[in-house]
Amino acid sequence: MNPAWSVVLFTTLAGAAQGLVVTLALAELAALPMSTTFLADALALAVGVLVAALVASSFHLGRPARAWRAVSMWRTSWLSREVIVLPVFIGVCALWWLALRQGWDLPWLPVAALVFAAALWLCTAMIYACIRFIQEWAQPLTLVNFTLIGMSSGLVLACALAALAGQRALLLAAAPIALVLTVAAGVTRIAALSRNARLRPKSSLQSATGIHSPNLKQMSMGMSAGAFNTREFFHRRTPALLRQVKNAFLLLGFALPALLLICGLATESLWPWLLALALQVPGLIAERWYFLAQANHPQNLYYQSVA
Amino acid sequence: MIAWLRKLLQGEEPPQPDTLAKQLALVIDLNVCVGCHACVTSCKQWNTSGSAGPLADVDAYGASPTGTFFNRVQTYEAGHYPDTQTVHFPKSCLHCEDPPCVPVCPTGASYKRKSDGIVLVDYDKCIGCKYCAWACPYGARELDEARQVMTKCTLCVDRIYSDTLPPEERKPACVMACPTGARLFGDVKDPDSEVSMAIRERGGYALMPEWHTRPANQYLPRQVTPAAEDGA
Repeated sequence: MNPAWSVVLFTTLAGAAQGLVVTLALAELAALPMSTTFLADALALAVGVLVAALVASSFHLGRPARAWRAVSMWRTSWLSREVIVLPVFIGVCALWWLALRQGWDLPWLPVAALVFAAALWLCTAMIYACIRFIQEWAQPLTLVNFTLIGMSSGLVLACALAALAGQRALLLAAAPIALVLTVAAGVTRIAALSRNARLRPKSSLQSATGIHSPNLKQMSMGMSAGAFNTREFFHRRTPALLRQVKNAFLLLGFALPALLLICGLATESLWPWLLALALQVPGLIAERWYFLAQANHPQNLYYQSVA
Repeated sequence: MIAWLRKLLQGEEPPQPDTLAKQLALVIDLNVCVGCHACVTSCKQWNTSGSAGPLADVDAYGASPTGTFFNRVQTYEAGHYPDTQTVHFPKSCLHCEDPPCVPVCPTGASYKRKSDGIVLVDYDKCIGCKYCAWACPYGARELDEARQVMTKCTLCVDRIYSDTLPPEERKPACVMACPTGARLFGDVKDPDSEVSMAIRERGGYALMPEWHTRPANQYLPRQVTPAAEDGA
């Protein structure tokens, strides 16, 4: 596939915001000592990131003004379900922020935030995992990775915010979990990579055309200058570049942030937390770009030869 | 929960919906297609002229002309010399009986008609999210660059039910245009139709059967005619 930046940014940003909200909700439910101002500011940041993600996703639409129609097919479409869950999640987070500011006592809000954050991960991941013939996506690890990567980035963000704001209790509680989940996310991402490296495509040029000759090749795709089918489904990057992106995201998204988290726990200084965040953001954007690029759509079998 | 997720993610075959009583489809005879692209141009001509608006042509007179087409003719070479074949292969929406593009549509713009099985896009409801194109293994859908909505073969739904065209012209434009009769059109659920008989007698087959989409359009394979004996 040709990765769309709108989708890359939307899923990465929303995932991090979900992870941050889950961290804050769990901290609140565990009654960790946290200043209310800090909690409200962190929630405001999460809402801001979610709104930015929502705006980014609208750039994927040819007709964004009609986006409201996407709520109608929730019975069958994971995309429709996502379109419903995302604004509800934003609404819950915004209400929680407002409740903190106004001093309302609404203890169910962190629970609702947890539920909708999980639901949003499920919807977002299933959009990809439910397409059975994109074999790189149609696997349970897609759901695991979207969730763990979101949690990892949300926790790293929470640590950086807690370190900046001097929220020691939250920092000391969140940092070990951030470390564990960042390592776990790296491990499951590597598991998905190694599974995909061993994939055998179910479709072939023979099954695509029904011409059962072992020596079959396309002479012409029926056009000379490309079409939607050649623009949307081919990334046209070299295998070498893909390898570099893969190495970069494993390093920046998982390995270095994990080392920096250890560093932060050991040194008690501010910079490792901020550096972990600064490295992980581009790392995870590269990860999501690679996730989309790696998908090998069976329609590509029909578009092999320009003539 | 685990079982539900597993079922969602891989286990089960897609649900088999009730088989429709009528399913219009094309049957493509690869034995006689000569790759002239008359079906491509007639399709474009008819469908760019209708009430749904023109099919985009971007850079039509430039170096890289690209545009929306509902039908393409591709060419393949098969076999080893001297037993080689050139196969011209027309390709359009297959109007699957279990179309994976339909349930993923978030707005309901993509739908399959119960009355005749045609898979259509309601251009007024489409938001151009391209998810249906991702969910079609055949690459049958093309986003129109000008209108920014998803487009695809309609089986010339505005021809086949037309009150104004003479009855003999109430067929898809590609079928009308084919000079060799390589394109048959009809109801594949009617066992006595031309298309059903052709599928039965000529070994009609579906594309990518491994994904269980049950394409309504089928292809008739090449038949190798043995060379005549010398002096025969």
